[in-house]
Amino acid sequence: MNLSFDFSFYSWDLVSNFILKGLYFSVMLTLVATLGGIFFGTLLAMMRLSGRKWLIVPATIYVDGMRSIPLVMVILWFFLLVPLLIGAPIGAEASATVTFIAFEAAYFSEIMRAGIQSIPRGQVFAGQALGMTYGQNMRLIVLPQAFRNMLPVLLTQTIILFQDTSLVYAIGAYDMLKGFEVAGKNYGRPIEAFIAAAVVYFVICYSLSWLVKRLHKKIAIIH
Amino acid sequence: MIELKSVSKWYGSFQVLDDCSTRIEKGEVVVVCGPSGSGKSTLIKTINALEPVQKGEIWVNGTPVHDPKTDLPKLRSHVGMVFQHFELFPHLTVTQNLTIAQVKVLRRSLDEARKRGLKMLERVGLMAHKDKFPGQLSGGQQQRVAIARALSMDPIVMLFDEPTSALDPEMVGEVLDVMVSLANEGMTMMCVTHEMGFARKVASRVIFMDVGGKILEDCTKEDFFGNPDARQPRTKDFLGKILQH
Repeated sequence: MNLSFDFSFYSWDLVSNFILKGLYFSVMLTLVATLGGIFFGTLLAMMRLSGRKWLIVPATIYVDGMRSIPLVMVILWFFLLVPLLIGAPIGAEASATVTFIAFEAAYFSEIMRAGIQSIPRGQVFAGQALGMTYGQNMRLIVLPQAFRNMLPVLLTQTIILFQDTSLVYAIGAYDMLKGFEVAGKNYGRPIEAFIAAAVVYFVICYSLSWLVKRLHKKIAIIH
Repeated sequence: MIELKSVSKWYGSFQVLDDCSTRIEKGEVVVVCGPSGSGKSTLIKTINALEPVQKGEIWVNGTPVHDPKTDLPKLRSHVGMVFQHFELFPHLTVTQNLTIAQVKVLRRSLDEARKRGLKMLERVGLMAHKDKFPGQLSGGQQQRVAIARALSMDPIVMLFDEPTSALDPEMVGEVLDVMVSLANEGMTMMCVTHEMGFARKVASRVIFMDVGGKILEDCTKEDFFGNPDARQPRTKDFLGKILQH
C-alpha cells in the first residue's frame, strides 16, 4: 500500500476561495439553529409541562417524532417536499436553516424541560406569592435559572449541532465540508481535503468543549 | 379581613383539609399549630390560592379567592408570604430580590422600589448585605431578607409558613424577633409555627389542627395555654409533648 499525502496545494487563496464561504455558512447555520432551537424548544418544553392535554399531546408527538428520525432524512424530506407543497423551489441553504431549527427544537426542548423541572416548586410558589403571572414567573424566575443550570448541556448540544451541519451535503448546500470537497476535487487531492476537514472540525469542536468546561465552573449558581 | 368557610381539599381521594372555617380580623396574629400532616401548610397556602380548594369559600379583604374569575396575581401582590425554605431567587442579588416584584408586578419605578426595598432591608438589619447573592447569606439572614421582600410589597396581611423550621437553632431568634416586632406594629399575621414562645408572646388566637385536615381548636391564646381542661384530649396530648422539654 502506498500512502503518500501531499498538502502542498493548500494556500491562502484556496482557503479564501473555497473554505471560508463554507465555514461561514456552517457557523451561521449553527448559531441560527441554536437560537431558534432554544426559542422553539423552550416553547415546546413549556407546552409539555403545562398540564393541559391539548398542549402536551401535540408537543410530545412533535418532539418524540423528530427525535426518532435521522436528521439527514428530515433534511432531505424538507428539501424535496416543501417545494411541492408551496409550489416553488426553496434554496438548499434556506431549506437547511428551517430544517435545523425545527429539528434542534426537539432536542433543545428536552434539555429545557429538564432545566425547568430542576427548579424547585418553592421558587414557583415564591414568584406566584409575589403576584407574578405565569409569564412573568417563567421569564423572570424559572427560565433564567433553568437556562443557567442547563447552559453546559445546551452548549454541548450546539457543538454536536455544528458537527451535524455537515449533513447538508445531502441537499448540496455549501457548508465547510462541501468547501473542502470542492477544493479537493479541483486540485485532484480529495483524501487530503477530507483529512484537512476532519482536523478543522476537531480543532473547532475540541476547543469549544474545553471552553464549555471552563464556563461551567464560572457560572454555577451558589445555593 | 380573612374568612374561610367550610374549606375542604383533596389530593385524589386523600382528604387534606376537612371543613375548615375561621376568621382573622385586621391586626390579629393567629398561630396555627399541629402535628405534621395535619394540613397546616396547605391551609395557609389556600389563602393566597397557591393551593386551590375543591369546596368552601375563602375571602380576603372582600375578594373571593375561591372564585375562578378572581385576578389571583393581583390578590397575591398584597398578601405577603414567607416560606419554610426562604425561596429567595438565587440568581438575583438581595436588592434585586427586593425590587423585582415591586417593579414588575406593582409597576413601581426602580428608584422607588429600591428605596422601599432597602428601607425594609434596613429594618431587618441586613443593609450591609444588599449586594450579595442569597447563597452567600446564612439561613436566618435569608429568611429575614425574605420577610423584607414580602414587606416591600406593602402587604395587607402576612402569611408565615413554618418560617423557622428549616433554621439552625441559633438563628431562630433573629427571625422571631422580626416577626414579634411586626406583630407589635399591628400587622395582620397568620403563622404556621411550633414556636410556642412566639405564640404566647404575640398571638391573639391559636388554631390547632389534627391529622385529616380538621381544625380542632380555634380559641384565644389565653384559653389555649391557660385553660387546659377546656381543650380536646388530642390538643392536650400534643401540647404535653411539645411543651415538656
